[in-house]
Amino acid sequence: MKFLCVDCDRQMTFEERQLPGDGTLAAAFRCPQCGRVVAMLTNPMETQLVASLGVQIGGRTIPAQPLEMVRGMVAGGKEDAFVEAGERGAGSGPIWSREAQERLARVPNFVRGMVKKIYADYAREHGIAEVTTAVMDAARAELGLEGM
Amino acid sequence: MRIRTYHELTEPDRSGLAAQIMAQRRRVAQRLAGVERLIAVMSGKGGVGKSYVTVHAARALARVGRRGGVLDADLNGPTAARLLGARDGRLAVLEDAIEPTVGSDGVRVVSMDQLLADGRPLAFRGPEAESFVWRGAAEAAALREFVADVAWGALDVLFVDLPPGLARFQELAELLPVPPAVLTVTIPTPESGDAVRRALRAALERGATPLGIVENMVGGAFAGEAGDTLAREFDTPLLARVPWHPTPDVWRQLAETIWNAV
Repeated sequence: MKFLCVDCDRQMTFEERQLPGDGTLAAAFRCPQCGRVVAMLTNPMETQLVASLGVQIGGRTIPAQPLEMVRGMVAGGKEDAFVEAGERGAGSGPIWSREAQERLARVPNFVRGMVKKIYADYAREHGIAEVTTAVMDAARAELGLEGM
Repeated sequence: MRIRTYHELTEPDRSGLAAQIMAQRRRVAQRLAGVERLIAVMSGKGGVGKSYVTVHAARALARVGRRGGVLDADLNGPTAARLLGARDGRLAVLEDAIEPTVGSDGVRVVSMDQLLADGRPLAFRGPEAESFVWRGAAEAAALREFVADVAWGALDVLFVDLPPGLARFQELAELLPVPPAVLTVTIPTPESGDAVRRALRAALERGATPLGIVENMVGGAFAGEAGDTLAREFDTPLLARVPWHPTPDVWRQLAETIWNAV
């Protein structure tokens, strides 16, 4: 899928992706010549189809996680299906505030390890020593982690 | 008005969906670099004992020192992990991969059965309406992740236990750098032979290499000679006739035959 500014005959470039939280997606594209911006809006079914392919419009914001689609999309997953490598040894990641831990605890165990790693990686990359709910909100907005 | 076509637009694209797909393919190829032989076990018909044959062939190979793995591609009716005694094994999450569990005789296995809560069918989160549009893509992605995101390591043989039908084979063939060898399982009846014939023909049309036929459940209630018939038609060996109550020797001989046929 590509967008062409017909007036300028220039391919529009991806600008921004937004996930409003209702299963839909908005992606903005800008003409590099005239600056015109158009938004592509997908309905929940179309959004799901793209997600099912394991690709992200606008490019990936985080590296692919192992079994990312399975862990993120399978419903009714076994609670103890996975054991995170971090659980088996001393971790060197950021500390978690109590509120952040409580929020993380509400994530189904099936996917919790993956979500925790994403936030921990985000904190590490930004030099953040403690993951708080504010950090989680910032990461979610910046990385486009709908539902995490 | 002249509008350039899709393929005429060649400017760099940050979204890069095609590049993301290519990256997925590279990941598959890298993950399978240590796998000497990949064998798709197929039938086209349910209930002929594909998983049973797959698991016992892998175990028999392991018992003679070959490193074997089973990827259970039957996402909706997974049984391989249970047959290998590994259903309750937890999958360890490494930095960039999942570690397969180790089942009977050291056979590595990954199965949807290990991931789903007891009795739960495979279901995906997402809009119910028009789920038929995206469910197939989600299952294909799950298969891709089972190949690409599992640290299969060095294996002599990785068996891919396919579900009945043709779709999963086609998804697998599209993932791999080259189409896989196929081990085809049938029961003796002509009805089974008809279903298997269609599936095998479709696989060969996709470039698969026929490894041979295994006729399962021989000598019981199922009369016929589908194994011989298919072997003749496709000019491929009948690798084994597996009786209702096979002895370890049957599996050992099948394992040797498979190993020599690949």
